[in-house]
Amino acid sequence: MGSSSSRLDRVPGAKDLMEETGFSETNILCLYDRFEVLDREERGYLRLEDFEAIQQLAVNPIGDRIIGAFVFPGRETLDFPSFVRVLAHFRPTDTTWSRSGSQPEPANSRTRKLRFAFSLYDQDGDGKISRAELTEMLQAMLGMQVTDEQLQSIVGRAIQEADLDRDGAISFDEFKKSVEKVDIDHKMSTRFLR
Amino acid sequence: MGASVCSGLRAALIQVLVLLLFCNPGNCEIQESKPAASTVVPGVKPYHNEANEPQAFPDPEQGSLPVFTMDYPRIQVPFEFTLWVLLASFAKIGFHIYHKITIWIPESCLLIAIGLIVGAIMHSVKEEPPAVLSSNVFFLYMLPPIVLDNGYFMPTRPFFENIGTVLWYAVVGTLWNSIGIGISLFTICQFEVFGLQDINLQENLMFASIISAVDPVAALNVFEDIGVNEQMYIVIFGEGLFNDAVTVVLYSMFTFMADMPTVESSDVFLGVARFFVVGVGGVLFGLLFGFVAAFTTRFTHNVRQIEPLFVFMYSYLAYLVAELFAISSILSIIVCAITMKYYVEENVSQRSCTTIRHVVKVLATISETLIFFFLGVITITTEHEWNWAYILFTLLFAFIWRGLGILVLTQIINPFRTIHFNFKDQFGLAYGGLRGAICFALAFTLPDNINRKNLFVTASIAIIIFTVFIQGISIRPIVEYINIRRTNKDMNTINVEIHTRVMEHLICGVEDLCGQWSHYYWKDKFKKFNDRVLRRILLRDNRAQSSIVSLYKKLELQNAIDLLDTPMGDLSAAPSIISLHDEKKEASRPKKKFLAKDVRKMHDILSKNMYKIRQKTLAYTNKYNLPDESQNREILIRRHASIRRSLRPGSCRELNIPRSQKYFSLQPGGDLESAFVLRRRSHGEVIQIQRDDGIVFSRLQMSGVSPRSSSRSLIPLKRLNTIEETRSSSLRGRKGPVPAPRRHSSNRVKDDEEEDGRVPPRGWTPEEDDNRGNPLLRFPSQRSGGPGGS
Repeated sequence: MGSSSSRLDRVPGAKDLMEETGFSETNILCLYDRFEVLDREERGYLRLEDFEAIQQLAVNPIGDRIIGAFVFPGRETLDFPSFVRVLAHFRPTDTTWSRSGSQPEPANSRTRKLRFAFSLYDQDGDGKISRAELTEMLQAMLGMQVTDEQLQSIVGRAIQEADLDRDGAISFDEFKKSVEKVDIDHKMSTRFLR
Repeated sequence: MGASVCSGLRAALIQVLVLLLFCNPGNCEIQESKPAASTVVPGVKPYHNEANEPQAFPDPEQGSLPVFTMDYPRIQVPFEFTLWVLLASFAKIGFHIYHKITIWIPESCLLIAIGLIVGAIMHSVKEEPPAVLSSNVFFLYMLPPIVLDNGYFMPTRPFFENIGTVLWYAVVGTLWNSIGIGISLFTICQFEVFGLQDINLQENLMFASIISAVDPVAALNVFEDIGVNEQMYIVIFGEGLFNDAVTVVLYSMFTFMADMPTVESSDVFLGVARFFVVGVGGVLFGLLFGFVAAFTTRFTHNVRQIEPLFVFMYSYLAYLVAELFAISSILSIIVCAITMKYYVEENVSQRSCTTIRHVVKVLATISETLIFFFLGVITITTEHEWNWAYILFTLLFAFIWRGLGILVLTQIINPFRTIHFNFKDQFGLAYGGLRGAICFALAFTLPDNINRKNLFVTASIAIIIFTVFIQGISIRPIVEYINIRRTNKDMNTINVEIHTRVMEHLICGVEDLCGQWSHYYWKDKFKKFNDRVLRRILLRDNRAQSSIVSLYKKLELQNAIDLLDTPMGDLSAAPSIISLHDEKKEASRPKKKFLAKDVRKMHDILSKNMYKIRQKTLAYTNKYNLPDESQNREILIRRHASIRRSLRPGSCRELNIPRSQKYFSLQPGGDLESAFVLRRRSHGEVIQIQRDDGIVFSRLQMSGVSPRSSSRSLIPLKRLNTIEETRSSSLRGRKGPVPAPRRHSSNRVKDDEEEDGRVPPRGWTPEEDDNRGNPLLRFPSQRSGGPGGS
């Protein structure tokens, strides 16, 4: 245990990060090691191409969006605390956290996870998933085999199902409502980040 | 649709009948002339005996040259073997003509059923079945391919994550079952009313060890179709694999002890010691042969045609050597396959890799088909001894003890697991414990000095048939009904389907981002050891530089070869929705009423066409198919197609540039000839071409490597100057792997297209810096092996 605490010292701001995100010491250390692996040129921060170098992300249909969610538009770099903060979204939900309102909502709550997913769709950041954005997302995920008309019908149906206030786009609340039956905790957590 | 199904069925049935006719009995004279050495398929008479007598040797009185002779005994053994294999394969074809059959009835059931029919036919004409199931034939020829298949396609990541659980269930569970069932049956035998007094404890234990071996093939198929959670899947898979080893050990132990009049306590200790020797020895042998195989393939780059041979020979050797020392050959071959696979697939060519996988699957399928088929045949044709009490109690106890065992064991191991098994999972595990081939073989090879051998054989067959048919058929509806935790599949609304799919892709991406570390410490240690020691020794081409080279080669070659193989008809498999089109035309209002069947069609389209999540488990272990890597290819093809589309209108700027400058690998003013010469150099080399401004660009040749490797981050290469010149806004920020079909279909010299990546999505600011660009084509700055690399 002694050795790991000295290892923890080389991680800048580790204690604050642990408190803020709820990660354990081992997690922070693992994440830092991974950060260092990705940051090949040891600049202390990550840039877009470090993310792109990850092979599996390249073949992920929404890999580019995921990267975009990490490296926020307008910013060029990602330092370690931001890296950890984004990844904090994917911790399994704490069952002990109660909605007391005194502390800010932790990153891995259901709402925050859904917001993260929402931001993948909503590329222009207007708070709504428009028809075009949904079409784009579906296009990325569907194979070549689907014709445009089929795609449009599916998008039409999706919007029709979810759009409760009939404005032709899906807002965050409508999004939340449409997935209320889904076990978000299971779907949007990696079991490694416990 | 129905008509074609019917005609297809009819055709299959006719073929089966014709084949049966071929095997119908004839005279018995052939029996004596069969070669003594064969134990495989004696006894099935050829039909043409009835037609004309074989004239092997001309009648000496005739004195003239026979124009037409026939010599059946010479070819008898291989001929009959081939016929049997064909017959079983026709049966398989017949099943798959109508897809729905295999969903509701597992294939093993169908095979046994066909075997029963054939057995009935043979029995009614007083025919002897081929003596296939002698101990040697089964254990030396039929079992290794199946085990090799299981081991080779074992999903290693979930397996090693759950290895404690798997071993726990396999070893302790089997022991629990055997001893529990054995003792219960022994107590039943004590009752005089059943007439089973003469079966002593050792024999009961031996029998119990036979029937406690679960063979989860049917359960796995169902689980896979439904998509149960990964943990359950891997536990059943691993348990089925490893308890074979345990069973064989127990069986040999108990048969040995059955001969002995009394059992001393020292024998029990010896038994335990033997168990460890067997287990650990098997693993060691497997590792040894695995490493030797990997090392051998390091040197096979000049003899690519025989590369697959090494995989099979070494694994078979591992099996046989383990058999030699009477240690667990199953463990040995499994460990050998797991070890070998990782390194071999990096060393051998792409073609060899595909060949190996295909052949493993073929051999395994043949063996399994034959085993179940013969199970059916032999059920009818052996002499049975039926004792209601024993058999019914066997079934009862098998069920009870398995259920109890899973319950108790799970309670003990759950605290050590990160994802606990709930009761539904446990029920699935318990109910999925079907018996199969091993049980059958072991029962059949019981030594003859056991006086109630027939009873044991009958009871084993009864339990196999019961579990395979009843449990195998009913497990699917039950699993669906109790709604075991699934990995996917909540299809209430289109929205839910889309969003859950997005989330799954997201989690896959995040996992890749994090490098998927769980059990971090050991995995990391192993990785370091692997990189420092093992890879250097065992891999032919283990320079760190090759990671990017190999990735690029892999992607390119895979795409190119796959594109060659794909019949273009596959790409247009989407169903057309005619009714939706009509609706669109008539109702242009945004509010449309979607018919239920349109929704269903939408669900169909979505589920068929969405990229499957990179399920590392499921994609590997569909029992009858090879792992499906087409989705990666498809994503890359799509990206390539979208680039093409985006390039066409925006490419006017490029036309201004003289052609010679677009070829990265050509010197300005250089000729195509030299470019081709360089390209034709032997595969595996990285060609470095230097331009006069000193920037080195590595052209990568195709050389086959395995499609899978651990995810390593790519090392960027440096980009050529020409990219700056031709860069337009739409081409900026090229990222992602270069799609290979472009290279294939376009002019080989047009290398500039290699550089293109996707159009970047919105939300990124395009980069201007010329140090970045396509990460695949950068030259590692640390090792500027080429001259003048900056």
